[in-house]
Amino acid sequence: MDVRQVMDADEMRRALTRIAHEIVERNRGAEAVGIVGILRRGAPLAERLAEMIRQIEGIRPPVGKLDVALYRDDFPERRPDVRPSHLPYDVTDRNIVLVDEVIFTGRTVRAAIDALMDLGRPASIQLAVLLDRGHRELPIRPDYVGKNVPTARTEHVHTSLSELDGEDSVTIARDSAPGGDRDA
Amino acid sequence: MHDLLSLRETETHDIRHLLTTAATLKDILSRPVKKVPTLRGRVVVTLFYEASTRTRTSFELAAKYMSADAVNIAVAQSSVTKGESLKDTLRTLQSVTADCIVMRHPSSGAAHLAAQFADVPVINAGDGRHEHPTQGLLDALTIAQAKGRTGSFRLDGLSVVIVGDLAHSRVARSNVWCLTKLGAQVRWCGPATLMPADASGLPVTVHTDLAEGLHEADVVMVLRLQTERQEKGLLPSVREYARTWGVNAAALRVARPDALVMHPGPMNRGVEISAEVADGVGGIRVGIEDQVRNGVAVRMACLYLLMDQPPDAHGGASSPTSTDVAPEVRS
Repeated sequence: MDVRQVMDADEMRRALTRIAHEIVERNRGAEAVGIVGILRRGAPLAERLAEMIRQIEGIRPPVGKLDVALYRDDFPERRPDVRPSHLPYDVTDRNIVLVDEVIFTGRTVRAAIDALMDLGRPASIQLAVLLDRGHRELPIRPDYVGKNVPTARTEHVHTSLSELDGEDSVTIARDSAPGGDRDA
Repeated sequence: MHDLLSLRETETHDIRHLLTTAATLKDILSRPVKKVPTLRGRVVVTLFYEASTRTRTSFELAAKYMSADAVNIAVAQSSVTKGESLKDTLRTLQSVTADCIVMRHPSSGAAHLAAQFADVPVINAGDGRHEHPTQGLLDALTIAQAKGRTGSFRLDGLSVVIVGDLAHSRVARSNVWCLTKLGAQVRWCGPATLMPADASGLPVTVHTDLAEGLHEADVVMVLRLQTERQEKGLLPSVREYARTWGVNAAALRVARPDALVMHPGPMNRGVEISAEVADGVGGIRVGIEDQVRNGVAVRMACLYLLMDQPPDAHGGASSPTSTDVAPEVRS
Protein backbone atom coordinates (compact mmCIF):
# COMPACT_ATOMS: atom_id res chain seq x y z
CA MET A 1 0.00 0.00 0.00
CA ASP A 2 1.38 3.35 -1.09
CA VAL A 3 0.71 5.94 1.60
CA ARG A 4 2.09 9.44 1.71
CA GLN A 5 1.61 12.01 4.42
CA VAL A 6 0.55 15.44 3.18
CA MET A 7 0.10 17.17 6.53
CA ASP A 8 1.51 16.58 9.99
CA ALA A 9 0.38 17.97 13.35
CA ASP A 10 2.42 21.19 13.09
CA GLU A 11 1.28 21.92 9.56
CA MET A 12 -2.29 21.29 10.57
CA ARG A 13 -2.02 23.68 13.52
CA ARG A 14 -0.46 26.39 11.36
CA ALA A 15 -3.05 25.97 8.63
CA LEU A 16 -5.89 26.22 11.14
CA THR A 17 -4.29 29.26 12.79
CA ARG A 18 -4.10 30.99 9.42
CA ILE A 19 -7.70 30.09 8.63
CA ALA A 20 -8.79 31.47 12.01
CA HIS A 21 -7.07 34.77 11.18
CA GLU A 22 -8.65 34.83 7.72
CA ILE A 23 -12.11 34.23 9.19
CA VAL A 24 -11.68 37.14 11.60
CA GLU A 25 -10.32 39.37 8.84
CA ARG A 26 -13.04 38.56 6.34
CA ASN A 27 -15.84 38.98 8.89
CA ARG A 28 -14.32 42.07 10.55
CA GLY A 29 -14.14 40.37 13.91
CA ALA A 30 -15.99 37.43 15.39
CA GLU A 31 -19.11 39.23 16.60
CA ALA A 32 -21.59 37.73 14.13
CA VAL A 33 -19.67 34.56 13.28
CA GLY A 34 -20.98 31.07 13.99
CA ILE A 35 -18.98 27.93 13.30
CA VAL A 36 -20.61 24.71 12.14
CA GLY A 37 -18.64 21.49 11.83
CA ILE A 38 -19.86 18.82 9.43
CA LEU A 39 -19.97 15.47 11.24
CA ARG A 40 -17.86 13.69 11.98
CA ARG A 41 -14.40 15.18 11.44
CA GLY A 42 -15.52 18.73 10.80
CA ALA A 43 -16.84 18.92 14.37
CA PRO A 44 -13.52 18.83 16.26
CA LEU A 45 -12.01 21.18 13.67
CA ALA A 46 -14.85 23.65 14.29
CA GLU A 47 -14.09 23.57 18.03
CA ARG A 48 -10.40 24.21 17.37
CA LEU A 49 -11.14 27.15 15.07
CA ALA A 50 -13.50 28.68 17.63
CA GLU A 51 -10.82 28.42 20.31
CA MET A 52 -8.20 30.00 18.02
CA ILE A 53 -10.59 32.83 17.16
CA ARG A 54 -11.14 33.40 20.89
CA GLN A 55 -7.38 33.75 21.36
CA ILE A 56 -7.18 36.23 18.50
CA GLU A 57 -10.34 38.27 19.10
CA GLY A 58 -11.34 37.60 22.70
CA ILE A 59 -14.73 36.37 21.48
CA ARG A 60 -15.45 32.68 21.10
CA PRO A 61 -17.94 32.21 18.30
CA PRO A 62 -20.68 29.66 19.02
CA VAL A 63 -20.04 26.18 17.61
CA GLY A 64 -22.49 23.64 16.26
CA LYS A 65 -22.26 20.30 14.56
CA LEU A 66 -24.28 19.24 11.58
CA ASP A 67 -25.20 15.81 10.27
CA VAL A 68 -25.94 15.82 6.56
CA ALA A 69 -27.07 12.21 6.06
CA LEU A 70 -30.69 13.17 5.41
CA TYR A 71 -29.66 15.70 2.77
CA ARG A 72 -27.31 13.57 0.70
CA ASP A 73 -28.11 12.97 -2.94
CA ASP A 74 -26.42 9.60 -3.02
CA PHE A 75 -28.25 7.72 -0.32
CA PRO A 76 -30.15 5.22 -2.45
CA GLU A 77 -26.90 3.32 -2.91
CA ARG A 78 -25.70 3.44 0.64
CA ARG A 79 -27.76 4.47 3.58
CA PRO A 80 -25.69 6.47 6.03
CA ASP A 81 -26.32 6.34 9.76
CA VAL A 82 -28.09 9.41 11.04
CA ARG A 83 -26.25 11.22 13.81
CA PRO A 84 -27.75 13.96 15.94
CA SER A 85 -27.03 17.50 14.78
CA HIS A 86 -26.48 19.98 17.57
CA LEU A 87 -26.85 23.68 16.87
CA PRO A 88 -27.06 25.46 20.21
CA TYR A 89 -27.57 28.87 18.60
CA ASP A 90 -29.78 30.48 15.98
CA VAL A 91 -28.02 30.58 12.62
CA THR A 92 -30.31 33.33 11.33
CA ASP A 93 -28.43 36.53 10.47
CA ARG A 94 -25.07 35.05 11.43
CA ASN A 95 -22.10 34.58 9.15
CA ILE A 96 -21.79 30.83 9.29
CA VAL A 97 -18.48 29.13 8.61
CA LEU A 98 -19.01 25.51 7.59
CA VAL A 99 -16.04 23.36 8.45
CA ASP A 100 -15.05 20.02 6.96
CA GLU A 101 -11.72 18.25 6.77
CA VAL A 102 -11.55 17.59 3.03
CA ILE A 103 -13.43 18.89 0.03
CA PHE A 104 -13.70 16.49 -2.90
CA THR A 105 -16.79 16.36 -5.13
CA GLY A 106 -18.58 19.11 -3.18
CA ARG A 107 -21.65 16.98 -2.64
CA THR A 108 -21.27 16.88 1.13
CA VAL A 109 -21.06 20.68 1.21
CA ARG A 110 -24.14 21.01 -0.98
CA ALA A 111 -26.01 18.78 1.48
CA ALA A 112 -24.68 20.82 4.41
CA ILE A 113 -25.84 24.10 2.86
CA ASP A 114 -29.33 22.67 2.42
CA ALA A 115 -29.36 21.28 5.95
CA LEU A 116 -28.31 24.66 7.33
CA MET A 117 -30.94 26.55 5.35
CA ASP A 118 -33.65 24.39 6.91
CA LEU A 119 -32.55 25.56 10.35
CA GLY A 120 -32.65 29.27 9.65
CA ARG A 121 -31.50 32.00 7.30
CA PRO A 122 -27.82 32.74 7.79
CA ALA A 123 -26.54 36.16 6.68
CA SER A 124 -23.87 34.27 4.77
CA ILE A 125 -22.36 30.82 4.56
CA GLN A 126 -18.62 30.40 4.14
CA LEU A 127 -16.63 27.21 3.80
CA ALA A 128 -13.39 26.24 5.51
CA VAL A 129 -11.57 22.99 4.74
CA LEU A 130 -8.29 21.55 5.85
CA LEU A 131 -7.57 20.07 2.46
CA ASP A 132 -8.84 20.66 -1.08
CA ARG A 133 -8.17 17.59 -3.18
CA GLY A 134 -9.95 18.75 -6.36
CA HIS A 135 -12.41 16.81 -8.56
CA ARG A 136 -15.41 19.02 -7.89
CA GLU A 137 -18.71 17.86 -9.37
CA LEU A 138 -20.66 20.95 -8.29
CA PRO A 139 -19.94 24.68 -8.53
CA ILE A 140 -18.69 24.94 -4.95
CA ARG A 141 -15.46 26.60 -3.87
CA PRO A 142 -14.08 26.84 -0.33
CA ASP A 143 -13.40 30.27 1.14
CA TYR A 144 -10.63 29.06 3.44
CA VAL A 145 -8.26 26.25 2.49
CA GLY A 146 -5.53 24.74 4.67
CA LYS A 147 -3.74 23.13 1.77
CA ASN A 148 -4.40 22.35 -1.89
CA VAL A 149 -3.30 18.84 -2.78
CA PRO A 150 -3.77 17.42 -6.27
CA THR A 151 -4.98 13.84 -6.07
CA ALA A 152 -6.19 11.11 -8.35
CA ARG A 153 -9.87 10.29 -8.06
CA THR A 154 -9.06 6.77 -7.01
CA GLU A 155 -6.86 7.84 -4.13
CA HIS A 156 -8.14 7.88 -0.58
CA VAL A 157 -7.51 10.84 1.67
CA HIS A 158 -7.41 9.95 5.34
CA THR A 159 -7.57 12.60 8.03
CA SER A 160 -6.70 11.71 11.60
CA LEU A 161 -7.62 14.11 14.38
CA SER A 162 -6.35 13.82 17.92
CA GLU A 163 -9.89 14.14 19.34
CA LEU A 164 -11.09 11.06 17.45
CA ASP A 165 -8.01 9.19 16.32
CA GLY A 166 -5.29 10.10 18.78
CA GLU A 167 -3.10 12.06 16.36
CA ASP A 168 -3.20 14.87 13.81
CA SER A 169 -2.26 13.99 10.25
CA VAL A 170 -3.52 13.78 6.69
CA THR A 171 -2.39 10.95 4.47
CA ILE A 172 -3.16 9.88 0.93
CA ALA A 173 -3.30 6.23 -0.02
CA ARG A 174 -3.31 4.93 -3.53
CA ASP A 175 -6.28 2.75 -4.45
CA SER A 176 -7.17 -0.03 -2.06
CA ALA A 177 -6.64 1.61 1.29
CA PRO A 178 -8.31 -0.67 3.82
CA GLY A 179 -10.53 1.29 6.14
CA GLY A 180 -9.45 4.58 4.61
CA ASP A 181 -11.76 6.90 6.38
CA ARG A 182 -13.23 9.47 4.14
CA ASP A 183 -12.85 11.65 1.12
CA ALA A 184 -15.30 14.37 1.80
CA MET B 1 -33.85 -5.79 6.75
CA HIS B 2 -36.24 -5.67 3.78
CA ASP B 3 -39.59 -5.54 5.58
CA LEU B 4 -40.82 -4.83 9.09
CA LEU B 5 -43.33 -7.57 9.76
CA SER B 6 -42.85 -8.55 13.38
CA LEU B 7 -40.51 -7.69 16.22
CA ARG B 8 -40.27 -11.36 17.10
CA GLU B 9 -38.32 -11.86 13.89
CA THR B 10 -36.39 -8.59 14.01
CA GLU B 11 -32.79 -8.88 15.16
CA THR B 12 -31.96 -7.06 18.38
CA HIS B 13 -29.29 -4.94 16.69
CA ASP B 14 -31.80 -3.89 14.02
CA ILE B 15 -34.24 -2.88 16.76
CA ARG B 16 -31.54 -0.77 18.42
CA HIS B 17 -30.58 0.77 15.08
CA LEU B 18 -34.21 1.70 14.40
CA LEU B 19 -34.53 3.23 17.88
CA THR B 20 -31.27 5.18 17.65
CA THR B 21 -32.29 6.53 14.25
CA ALA B 22 -35.76 7.42 15.54
CA ALA B 23 -34.32 9.28 18.53
CA THR B 24 -32.25 11.40 16.12
CA LEU B 25 -35.04 11.97 13.61
CA LYS B 26 -37.33 13.11 16.43
CA ASP B 27 -35.43 16.43 16.44
CA ILE B 28 -37.02 17.25 13.08
CA LEU B 29 -40.43 17.43 14.77
CA SER B 30 -39.38 20.42 16.85
CA ARG B 31 -37.85 22.39 13.99
CA PRO B 32 -39.47 25.40 12.36
CA VAL B 33 -39.34 23.55 9.02
CA LYS B 34 -40.58 20.04 9.77
CA LYS B 35 -39.25 18.44 6.62
CA VAL B 36 -36.09 16.87 5.33
CA PRO B 37 -35.67 16.09 1.63
CA THR B 38 -34.45 12.54 2.14
CA LEU B 39 -37.28 10.58 0.50
CA ARG B 40 -38.24 13.15 -2.11
CA GLY B 41 -40.05 11.59 -5.04
CA ARG B 42 -40.82 8.33 -3.25
CA VAL B 43 -44.33 7.08 -2.69
CA VAL B 44 -45.56 5.48 0.52
CA VAL B 45 -48.93 3.74 0.25
CA THR B 46 -50.91 3.12 3.41
CA LEU B 47 -53.26 0.23 2.80
CA PHE B 48 -55.72 -0.16 5.65
CA TYR B 49 -58.15 -3.05 5.71
CA GLU B 50 -59.19 -1.99 9.20
CA ALA B 51 -60.22 1.36 10.58
CA SER B 52 -57.43 3.42 12.08
CA THR B 53 -56.92 7.12 12.35
CA ARG B 54 -53.91 7.41 14.61
CA THR B 55 -51.57 4.90 13.10
CA ARG B 56 -52.41 5.88 9.55
CA THR B 57 -52.03 9.59 10.27
CA SER B 58 -48.77 8.92 12.07
CA PHE B 59 -47.38 7.05 9.06
CA GLU B 60 -48.58 9.77 6.70
CA LEU B 61 -46.94 12.49 8.78
CA ALA B 62 -43.75 10.45 8.98
CA ALA B 63 -43.72 10.10 5.19
CA LYS B 64 -44.37 13.80 4.71
CA TYR B 65 -41.68 14.90 7.16
CA MET B 66 -39.27 12.81 5.10
CA SER B 67 -40.62 14.43 1.88
CA ALA B 68 -42.17 11.23 0.54
CA ASP B 69 -45.65 11.35 -0.95
CA ALA B 70 -48.21 9.47 1.10
CA VAL B 71 -51.25 7.93 -0.49
CA ASN B 72 -53.94 6.31 1.59
CA ILE B 73 -56.04 3.48 0.32
CA ALA B 74 -58.88 2.64 2.66
CA VAL B 75 -60.24 -0.73 1.82
CA ALA B 76 -63.76 -1.54 2.92
CA GLN B 77 -63.53 -4.69 4.90
CA SER B 78 -66.44 -6.20 2.98
CA SER B 79 -64.47 -6.17 -0.24
CA VAL B 80 -61.70 -8.24 1.25
CA THR B 81 -61.48 -11.73 0.03
CA LYS B 82 -58.13 -12.94 1.19
CA GLY B 83 -55.41 -14.56 -0.87
CA GLU B 84 -55.73 -13.67 -4.50
CA SER B 85 -57.34 -10.31 -3.95
CA LEU B 86 -54.65 -9.14 -1.55
CA LYS B 87 -52.09 -10.28 -4.06
CA ASP B 88 -53.80 -8.39 -6.84
CA THR B 89 -54.11 -5.26 -4.75
CA LEU B 90 -50.41 -5.31 -3.95
CA ARG B 91 -49.45 -5.92 -7.56
CA THR B 92 -51.58 -3.00 -8.59
CA LEU B 93 -50.00 -0.75 -5.99
CA GLN B 94 -46.57 -1.71 -7.18
CA SER B 95 -47.42 -1.04 -10.76
CA VAL B 96 -48.48 2.47 -9.80
CA THR B 97 -44.99 2.94 -8.34
CA ALA B 98 -45.48 2.50 -4.63
CA ASP B 99 -42.04 2.41 -3.07
CA CYS B 100 -43.21 1.12 0.30
CA ILE B 101 -46.44 -0.41 1.50
CA VAL B 102 -47.75 0.13 5.01
CA MET B 103 -50.51 -2.34 5.70
CA ARG B 104 -53.04 -3.00 8.41
CA HIS B 105 -55.19 -6.08 8.13
CA PRO B 106 -57.62 -7.90 10.44
CA SER B 107 -56.02 -11.29 9.77
CA SER B 108 -52.93 -12.42 11.63
CA GLY B 109 -50.17 -13.20 9.16
CA ALA B 110 -51.52 -10.92 6.42
CA ALA B 111 -48.37 -8.79 6.48
CA HIS B 112 -46.18 -11.83 5.85
CA LEU B 113 -48.37 -12.80 2.95
CA ALA B 114 -48.16 -9.28 1.56
CA ALA B 115 -44.37 -9.31 1.83
CA GLN B 116 -44.30 -12.46 -0.30
CA PHE B 117 -46.27 -10.76 -3.05
CA ALA B 118 -44.59 -7.37 -2.94
CA ASP B 119 -41.09 -6.56 -4.10
CA VAL B 120 -41.06 -3.25 -2.26
CA PRO B 121 -40.70 -3.09 1.53
CA VAL B 122 -43.81 -3.91 3.54
CA ILE B 123 -44.35 -2.41 6.97
CA ASN B 124 -46.87 -4.16 9.18
CA ALA B 125 -49.15 -1.56 10.76
CA GLY B 126 -51.03 -4.25 12.67
CA ASP B 127 -52.20 -7.68 11.57
CA GLY B 128 -55.01 -9.33 13.51
CA ARG B 129 -53.89 -10.41 16.97
CA HIS B 130 -50.37 -10.99 15.77
CA GLU B 131 -48.16 -7.88 15.91
CA HIS B 132 -48.00 -4.12 15.60
CA PRO B 133 -44.25 -3.64 15.37
CA THR B 134 -44.07 0.16 15.09
CA GLN B 135 -46.15 0.41 18.27
CA GLY B 136 -43.69 -1.88 20.05
CA LEU B 137 -40.82 0.30 18.86
CA LEU B 138 -42.43 3.58 19.88
CA ASP B 139 -43.22 2.15 23.31
CA ALA B 140 -39.61 1.04 23.71
CA LEU B 141 -38.39 4.48 22.67
CA THR B 142 -40.75 6.15 25.15
CA ILE B 143 -39.58 3.90 27.98
CA ALA B 144 -35.90 4.39 27.09
CA GLN B 145 -36.32 8.17 27.05
CA ALA B 146 -38.26 8.28 30.31
CA LYS B 147 -35.76 6.02 32.06
CA GLY B 148 -32.62 7.62 30.60
CA ARG B 149 -31.62 4.58 28.57
CA THR B 150 -31.27 6.14 25.12
CA GLY B 151 -27.49 5.84 25.14
CA SER B 152 -27.52 2.08 24.79
CA PHE B 153 -31.19 1.18 24.50
CA ARG B 154 -30.64 -1.46 27.18
CA LEU B 155 -33.66 -1.84 29.42
CA ASP B 156 -32.09 -4.34 31.82
CA GLY B 157 -33.59 -4.28 35.29
CA LEU B 158 -36.86 -2.63 34.26
CA SER B 159 -40.17 -4.34 34.96
CA VAL B 160 -42.90 -3.52 32.49
CA VAL B 161 -46.44 -4.64 33.19
CA ILE B 162 -49.02 -4.71 30.42
CA VAL B 163 -52.56 -4.56 31.81
CA GLY B 164 -55.83 -5.44 30.17
CA ASP B 165 -57.16 -7.37 27.20
CA LEU B 166 -54.06 -9.35 26.30
CA ALA B 167 -55.84 -12.02 24.32
CA HIS B 168 -56.76 -9.64 21.52
CA SER B 169 -53.75 -7.36 21.70
CA ARG B 170 -51.14 -7.26 18.96
CA VAL B 171 -49.61 -4.30 20.81
CA ALA B 172 -48.92 -6.54 23.80
CA ARG B 173 -47.21 -9.12 21.59
CA SER B 174 -44.97 -6.67 19.79
CA ASN B 175 -44.05 -5.16 23.14
CA VAL B 176 -43.12 -8.51 24.63
CA TRP B 177 -40.66 -9.29 21.86
CA CYS B 178 -39.21 -5.80 21.65
CA LEU B 179 -38.85 -5.17 25.38
CA THR B 180 -37.45 -8.57 26.27
CA LYS B 181 -34.89 -8.32 23.48
CA LEU B 182 -33.80 -5.01 24.98
CA GLY B 183 -33.44 -6.63 28.41
CA ALA B 184 -36.65 -5.67 30.24
CA GLN B 185 -38.84 -8.07 32.16
CA VAL B 186 -42.43 -8.16 31.01
CA ARG B 187 -45.52 -9.10 32.98
CA TRP B 188 -48.96 -9.63 31.56
CA CYS B 189 -51.76 -8.76 33.90
CA GLY B 190 -55.48 -9.18 33.21
CA PRO B 191 -58.57 -11.26 33.78
CA ALA B 192 -58.24 -14.93 32.89
CA THR B 193 -60.90 -14.61 30.20
CA LEU B 194 -58.75 -12.02 28.40
CA MET B 195 -55.47 -13.91 28.74
CA PRO B 196 -54.40 -15.77 25.60
CA ALA B 197 -54.00 -19.52 25.86
CA ASP B 198 -50.41 -19.35 24.63
CA ALA B 199 -49.26 -16.77 27.20
CA SER B 200 -47.28 -19.43 29.07
CA GLY B 201 -45.20 -19.97 25.94
CA LEU B 202 -44.14 -16.31 25.79
CA PRO B 203 -41.31 -14.70 27.74
CA VAL B 204 -43.73 -13.12 30.22
CA THR B 205 -45.00 -13.76 33.71
CA VAL B 206 -48.77 -13.92 33.95
CA HIS B 207 -50.71 -12.24 36.75
CA THR B 208 -54.46 -12.35 37.23
CA ASP B 209 -54.45 -9.89 40.13
CA LEU B 210 -53.91 -6.18 39.49
CA ALA B 211 -52.03 -5.41 42.71
CA GLU B 212 -49.74 -8.37 42.15
CA GLY B 213 -49.08 -7.37 38.54
CA LEU B 214 -48.34 -3.73 39.36
CA HIS B 215 -46.13 -4.48 42.37
CA GLU B 216 -42.86 -2.52 42.03
CA ALA B 217 -43.40 -2.07 38.29
CA ASP B 218 -41.26 0.56 36.51
CA VAL B 219 -43.69 0.91 33.63
CA VAL B 220 -47.45 0.35 33.59
CA MET B 221 -48.80 -0.06 30.10
CA VAL B 222 -52.60 0.03 30.00
CA LEU B 223 -54.37 -1.54 27.02
CA ARG B 224 -57.61 -0.28 25.55
CA LEU B 225 -60.67 -2.33 26.41
CA GLN B 226 -62.72 -3.01 23.34
CA THR B 227 -66.31 -2.87 24.45
CA GLU B 228 -67.32 -5.59 22.03
CA ARG B 229 -65.49 -8.01 24.35
CA GLN B 230 -68.35 -7.64 26.75
CA GLU B 231 -70.84 -8.50 24.06
CA LYS B 232 -68.96 -11.71 23.46
CA GLY B 233 -69.38 -12.63 27.09
CA LEU B 234 -65.75 -12.30 28.10
CA LEU B 235 -66.61 -9.66 30.69
CA PRO B 236 -69.53 -9.41 33.09
CA SER B 237 -69.78 -5.65 32.48
CA VAL B 238 -67.64 -2.66 31.61
CA ARG B 239 -68.30 -1.16 35.05
CA GLU B 240 -67.17 -4.29 36.76
CA TYR B 241 -64.01 -4.28 34.58
CA ALA B 242 -63.32 -0.67 35.50
CA ARG B 243 -63.66 -1.49 39.18
CA THR B 244 -61.44 -4.56 39.12
CA TRP B 245 -58.92 -3.73 36.41
CA GLY B 246 -59.07 0.02 35.93
CA VAL B 247 -55.67 1.63 36.59
CA ASN B 248 -56.26 4.52 38.99
CA ALA B 249 -54.06 6.41 41.44
CA ALA B 250 -54.84 3.96 44.25
CA ALA B 251 -53.88 0.94 42.14
CA LEU B 252 -50.63 2.64 41.13
CA ARG B 253 -49.48 2.96 44.74
CA VAL B 254 -47.97 -0.52 44.67
CA ALA B 255 -45.93 0.32 41.57
CA ARG B 256 -42.60 2.10 41.89
CA PRO B 257 -42.96 5.81 42.80
CA ASP B 258 -41.42 6.83 39.47
CA ALA B 259 -43.51 4.39 37.45
CA LEU B 260 -44.34 5.55 33.93
CA VAL B 261 -47.92 5.09 32.75
CA MET B 262 -48.50 4.43 29.06
CA HIS B 263 -51.50 3.77 26.83
CA PRO B 264 -51.52 3.09 23.07
CA GLY B 265 -54.71 5.11 22.66
CA PRO B 266 -57.45 5.88 22.13
CA MET B 267 -58.27 5.81 25.85
CA ASN B 268 -61.56 4.90 27.48
CA ARG B 269 -61.30 7.25 30.44
CA GLY B 270 -62.96 5.77 33.46
CA VAL B 271 -62.74 2.25 32.09
CA GLU B 272 -59.20 0.87 31.78
CA ILE B 273 -57.57 4.09 32.97
CA SER B 274 -58.86 6.76 35.34
CA ALA B 275 -58.92 10.40 34.30
CA GLU B 276 -56.51 11.39 37.09
CA VAL B 277 -53.94 8.87 35.88
CA ALA B 278 -54.41 9.81 32.22
CA ASP B 279 -53.83 13.47 33.11
CA GLY B 280 -50.92 12.81 35.44
CA VAL B 281 -52.59 14.35 38.48
CA GLY B 282 -50.51 14.36 41.67
CA GLY B 283 -47.14 13.75 40.05
CA ILE B 284 -48.05 10.54 38.23
CA ARG B 285 -45.66 10.20 35.30
CA VAL B 286 -47.53 9.73 32.05
CA GLY B 287 -45.89 8.97 28.70
CA ILE B 288 -48.97 9.07 26.50
CA GLU B 289 -48.14 12.28 24.62
CA ASP B 290 -44.55 11.18 24.17
CA GLN B 291 -45.86 7.94 22.69
CA VAL B 292 -47.67 9.88 19.99
CA ARG B 293 -44.62 11.97 19.09
CA ASN B 294 -42.34 8.98 19.24
CA GLY B 295 -44.72 7.14 16.95
CA VAL B 296 -44.01 9.60 14.18
CA ALA B 297 -40.26 9.47 14.83
CA VAL B 298 -40.20 5.66 14.82
CA ARG B 299 -42.13 5.53 11.56
CA MET B 300 -39.74 8.05 9.99
CA ALA B 301 -36.88 5.78 10.99
CA CYS B 302 -38.61 2.74 9.50
CA LEU B 303 -39.20 4.51 6.19
CA TYR B 304 -35.64 5.83 6.14
CA LEU B 305 -34.03 2.50 6.85
CA LEU B 306 -36.30 0.32 4.73
CA MET B 307 -36.94 2.36 1.62
CA ASP B 308 -34.69 2.45 -1.40
CA GLN B 309 -32.60 -0.40 -0.25
CA PRO B 310 -31.50 -2.11 -3.41
CA PRO B 311 -31.79 -5.90 -3.47
CA ASP B 312 -28.90 -7.61 -1.66
CA ALA B 313 -27.74 -4.35 -0.14
CA HIS B 314 -27.19 -5.91 3.27
CA GLY B 315 -24.35 -3.88 4.70
CA GLY B 316 -22.57 -3.97 1.38
CA ALA B 317 -20.82 -0.78 0.39
CA SER B 318 -19.58 -0.95 -3.16
CA SER B 319 -16.25 0.65 -3.90
CA PRO B 320 -16.55 4.41 -3.97
CA THR B 321 -15.38 5.92 -7.20
CA SER B 322 -16.97 9.22 -8.01
CA THR B 323 -18.95 9.81 -4.86
CA ASP B 324 -17.74 11.39 -1.71
CA VAL B 325 -19.43 9.02 0.69
CA ALA B 326 -17.14 7.76 3.36
CA PRO B 327 -16.56 4.03 3.42
CA GLU B 328 -17.59 4.18 7.07
CA VAL B 329 -20.99 5.34 5.92
CA ARG B 330 -23.01 2.28 5.12
CA SER B 331 -26.33 0.80 5.86
